[in-house]
Amino acid sequence: MTIKRTIGEKLFDSLNVLLMVLLIIITLYPLWHVLNASLSDSNRLMAHSGLLLLPDGFNLDSYKLVLSNPSILSGYRNTLVIVVLGTALNLLFTILGAYTLSRKSFMLRNPIMLAIVFTMFFNGGIIPTYLLINNTLHLGDNLLALIVPGLVSSYNLIIMRTAFQGISENLLESARIDGAGEMRILWRIVVPLSMPVIAVMILFYGVGHWNSWFSAILYIRDRDLYPLQLVLREILIQNSTDSMTTSAAMGDKEAIGESVKYATVMVATLPILFIYPFLQKYFVKGVMIGAIKE
Amino acid sequence: MTRKLSLVWLNYKQNKVIYWMALPVVLYFLVFKYLPMYGAVIAFKEYTVGKGIWGSEWVGLQHFRDFFQSYYFWRVLKNTLILSFYQLLFGFPAPILLALLLNELRHEMFKRTVQTVSYIPHFISLVVICGMVVDFSSRDGLFNSIITFFGGESSALLSDPGNFRTIYTASSIWQELGFSTIIYLAALSGINPELYDASMVDGASRLRRVWHITLPGIIPMIVILLILRIGGLMEIGFEKVILLYNPNVYDTADVISTFVYRKGISESAEFSYTTAVGLFQSLVNFILLIGANRLSKAVSDNKLF
Repeated sequence: MTIKRTIGEKLFDSLNVLLMVLLIIITLYPLWHVLNASLSDSNRLMAHSGLLLLPDGFNLDSYKLVLSNPSILSGYRNTLVIVVLGTALNLLFTILGAYTLSRKSFMLRNPIMLAIVFTMFFNGGIIPTYLLINNTLHLGDNLLALIVPGLVSSYNLIIMRTAFQGISENLLESARIDGAGEMRILWRIVVPLSMPVIAVMILFYGVGHWNSWFSAILYIRDRDLYPLQLVLREILIQNSTDSMTTSAAMGDKEAIGESVKYATVMVATLPILFIYPFLQKYFVKGVMIGAIKE
Repeated sequence: MTRKLSLVWLNYKQNKVIYWMALPVVLYFLVFKYLPMYGAVIAFKEYTVGKGIWGSEWVGLQHFRDFFQSYYFWRVLKNTLILSFYQLLFGFPAPILLALLLNELRHEMFKRTVQTVSYIPHFISLVVICGMVVDFSSRDGLFNSIITFFGGESSALLSDPGNFRTIYTASSIWQELGFSTIIYLAALSGINPELYDASMVDGASRLRRVWHITLPGIIPMIVILLILRIGGLMEIGFEKVILLYNPNVYDTADVISTFVYRKGISESAEFSYTTAVGLFQSLVNFILLIGANRLSKAVSDNKLF
């Protein structure tokens, strides 16, 4: 059923479209700018001012410097270890928690759930947590310090528990009558039936590990153990591009340093942007599952 | 009590496997969430690493008093609240507005394109985003090229205390605006389309439809998110502050959490004092959350718990 649009509505519609186009430009231009800057000749880039719609003097030198930088490479390696191992452990613990807390026969499920939800709104603070991990558990300079303290996210646990609760009780009951144990029911029935939500969890946890840098500042001092984000912070925020510009003449250092920064942004972001289109719908799904719970 | 315990024991005997499966998760929460809450008692002690939590002397509310009387108290409290308020005032309504505008787009393809593009910045890491902001704000960076183009003067933007809040808030909105609309769009898709059909028959204008059908449809979601926001009023995304600030702008940028981090870990090790400051922050947050929830329960049916 359509009704003829009034002039006011037509005006609004055009204005709306215009606004959205503007939004797209504002969202994409900074990334486009960085991409072009990373591909530009460093000296011409220094002299350039204003918008950069195309690379100024196409040049891949800064990428060569970044990709041969040992810190970036070891950062990538450490982050990969953290993402893979961390996400696997996150998943294991979250599934165990979500399953047991979704079982109606488990008498303690409500008090435990309450205790978990409470931690979402109240915590001991940065310092006591730091003292526990660093001084009591001696996890300093250990990649486990970046994994174990965040094993289970209460929010994700709730999402997964809600999904598990949606599985038909009759199905599980008949498996039980056939003699299947809890472990078997969980791994053979519940988990395979919950693959969509598990995919969402893998993304949430995985991206969380990929982006995380603050716990590494707290617990990692050994440079060989720095995750990628910490290396990026040194290069981008603290401006230490020296290790990559040593071979350059004094006057070129600053210029090359700038290009190196742009190339670093790209090297750290392109992998995400490439897989982004394939993953987007899972993220959206995850947010929606979480929203329905509330 | 004993009756209850014996009931649990009975339940355990019937569901042993479940109990053992739950154990690792329970242990995790006890060790990494509840143990630090116990550790927070050092806020009332003079903690030294040698004496440990138990052996250190009690000093009562001394650290709290020190904090409330210090020069920093007003600075960090004011900065925390103002920055939060900026986020609330500009960052909270923006995705609602965008969701409503997206909802009015007539071409499905165009709408999906706008959405997909607007989600992208959410997936870029905070360190990289802040790296870009720092670079763009430098004396010959992109922001200054734009400013000089419009006749302004170029300056080191992030060294000026007057700019920090604007840069912080604007870049947060740039990064999260699109992604935050998802939750509202989900709520919008749950509105019964018959309502719209009926209103069209009644001859309601588009504005009236938005006002009387669309907006009421997402109000519960707005209220819930608002309660959560208010409960986090004292908790700034401080990782981002640490990435963006420098001593030049502490006057406007230093918030409670960054103060705790500097005095407790990065610059000195005043563990007890900073734990007290952190505890003060957590308590105020918790009270705000409960208060907002109560208020919302009283004036509408929407509540978090």
